Amino acid sequence: MAMQELTYREALRQALADAMTEDNRIVVIGEEVGIYGGAYGVTRGLIDRFGAERLVDTPISEPAIVGAAVGAAMTGLRPVAELMYVDFLGLVLDQLANQAAKIRYMFGGQIGVPLVLRTQGGTGRSAGAQHSQSLEGWVMHTPGLRLAMPATVADAYHLLRHSLTLPDPVVFIEHKALYTRKEAVDLAVPVLPWGRAAIRCAGSDVTLVAYSRMVSVAERAAEALSNEGIEAEVIDLRTLNPLDMETVAKSVIRTGHAVVVSEACLTAGPAAELVARITEECFDFLEDPVLRLAAEDIPVPVSPALEVATIPTVSLIQDTVRRMLNR
Amino acid sequence: MNDRPNMPLPDLYRTMRRIRSFEERVAELYVRNGTAGSMLHLSIGEEGAAAGVCAALRPDDSFTTHHRSHGIFLARGADPNRMMAEIAGKSDGYCRGKGGSMHIADMALGHLGANAIVGGGIPHAVGAGLSYRRLGSGAVSVAFFGDGAMQQGVLYESMNMAALWQLPVLFVCVNNQYGMGTRIDRAAARTDFAERAEVFGLAAMNVDGENVGAVFTAAEALIASARAGRPGFLCVSCFRFYGHGRMDKSPYRSAEEEEAGRRRDPLLTARNALIERGLATTAELDAVDAEIANEMDATIEFAIAAEPPPLSAMFDDVYAPGEVRPEPMRMRLERILACT
Ligand SMILES: Cc1ncc(C[n+]2csc(CCOP(=O)(O)OP(=O)(O)O)c2C)c(N)n1
Ligand SMILES: [Mg+2]
Repeated sequence: MAMQELTYREALRQALADAMTEDNRIVVIGEEVGIYGGAYGVTRGLIDRFGAERLVDTPISEPAIVGAAVGAAMTGLRPVAELMYVDFLGLVLDQLANQAAKIRYMFGGQIGVPLVLRTQGGTGRSAGAQHSQSLEGWVMHTPGLRLAMPATVADAYHLLRHSLTLPDPVVFIEHKALYTRKEAVDLAVPVLPWGRAAIRCAGSDVTLVAYSRMVSVAERAAEALSNEGIEAEVIDLRTLNPLDMETVAKSVIRTGHAVVVSEACLTAGPAAELVARITEECFDFLEDPVLRLAAEDIPVPVSPALEVATIPTVSLIQDTVRRMLNR
Repeated sequence: MNDRPNMPLPDLYRTMRRIRSFEERVAELYVRNGTAGSMLHLSIGEEGAAAGVCAALRPDDSFTTHHRSHGIFLARGADPNRMMAEIAGKSDGYCRGKGGSMHIADMALGHLGANAIVGGGIPHAVGAGLSYRRLGSGAVSVAFFGDGAMQQGVLYESMNMAALWQLPVLFVCVNNQYGMGTRIDRAAARTDFAERAEVFGLAAMNVDGENVGAVFTAAEALIASARAGRPGFLCVSCFRFYGHGRMDKSPYRSAEEEEAGRRRDPLLTARNALIERGLATTAELDAVDAEIANEMDATIEFAIAAEPPPLSAMFDDVYAPGEVRPEPMRMRLERILACT
């Protein structure tokens, strides 16, 4: 392969297509995944290549979609269940958290549930309180589930490909505002292994820990800070389970300062877990409290004026770092 | 039209025209970049369901709706200015700009809430029915939802409870033939939805939504039955004239199918019936249409001129007034950074 311009959406589609070509146990099952091509266009055209037997359009029956994926995964298929919005986790948590996540353990290791639940979350479309949430914390809080949240085009491809080889259930959360993100990538060039965080931008003054869309927000903040003489290191977690604390801790031990940036609600969210671990593991090296920049503890309002103010911004990161370092 | 002597057909026509006219303005406001986002679901083609059922409700009755609900709310008597302001995410809107098109509500009119979760509002009507029976209020609650929700489990749990407890509840399926790109025959092996409700013990009917009079008559009978303790189910067949949302150009259905579907126009059918029966002249109906067009034009200007909610409103209404509020993250940071 060679360098090509791809969007995040196209990379996801390519990952599905390549994986489905190699492994005919893979089926995609969900609402509008076939003829419609996915609510956000990820599966567009795949039904023409792989047929309606492998791109299974379903009725609007989320618990049965995920539950059927569990059963299929236990009996020889490798289902990719698509949940149109992560908010619909509300409907499927039983199948995901009580069933998929626990089957291997409850049954003494006899069988696993190799399914991938693809979904998307986040703000950015004035879609309101029931279509804009960042619920990765719910997933992280459930042992037995893997969790990937790609921030880049290359990771959209490689993390999805890798998810489709894993023996256990993976929740794969895309970001609705990233689908049109475009990068020049060579998909033949391997990325970091699954479970390893990436250093997107090296720096020695402060560590910014982020994932999903907040990675690019943190990168822009780092760029702006660099113009002021502050060198921020930006870490992209890539997967939240497994969580690569080694890369994070190494960085924080060097910088002595850490800020975790997340689009999920602040309280009891993924950022809280990160801060706890950084504090426990790097305490002697920290020069300041580890801070969280996260979404406000409120439902997401529809009004565009309010929606943008509910999540961390470039300037908020910049200000916070500046003040943390007393500059 | 099969209707009774005192059928309020002129009023039903007016209601349907107001809905059509309003929805056209929503589309226009979207094109003018004045709406909050593009997740706007127009109910053009479904006016017969909204007008027919709502005309059969009492003022003390309540209802919940799905995401395609501008028409139902207007038929209930909503102020189109406040609706349009909500759709624009402005503070003069029914929900102060926080709910938008998909989460609009108005307790004063008994609108217990539109819902962006397919099926999400259905059990609320059951709960309302439970309240009304226990409180002896005599009111009925109606759950409106689309054909897509016919495949959602919560509907069946709700229908069973309503039938079991003989609650004053009516389930109304606005069957516009499609859930996004999925036609009902790709979502269910048997598409006679009233049949399903019947086996739960509900009084169930299918009705043609092109005929607003028939919808009204059926709704009146089923609401009376629900009020007397026999809950009901009404499936109103109609056609979604346009795409699912504003971005959807419906590539999954043929031009012929759309054309045939759009011929099932409840507004045009009612208009022709009024003229045929000598209840109105073309000129009179044109005048009604023009008056409504003016009223609805004004909603656009109202919504554009309205103020967005102030940033401080962001933290209002997470909890009840006077209760402990969420601490804004930025204030919290100030506090922490001040002592480090
Ligand atoms: C639980 C849930 N699943 C999926 C969706 C995405 N979605 C929104 S509207 C829709 C189609 C609904 O069809 P229908 O109930 O017939 O209503 P219509 O849009 O035709 O009015 C879908 C799948 C959702 N909002 N909620
Ligand atoms: Mg429908």
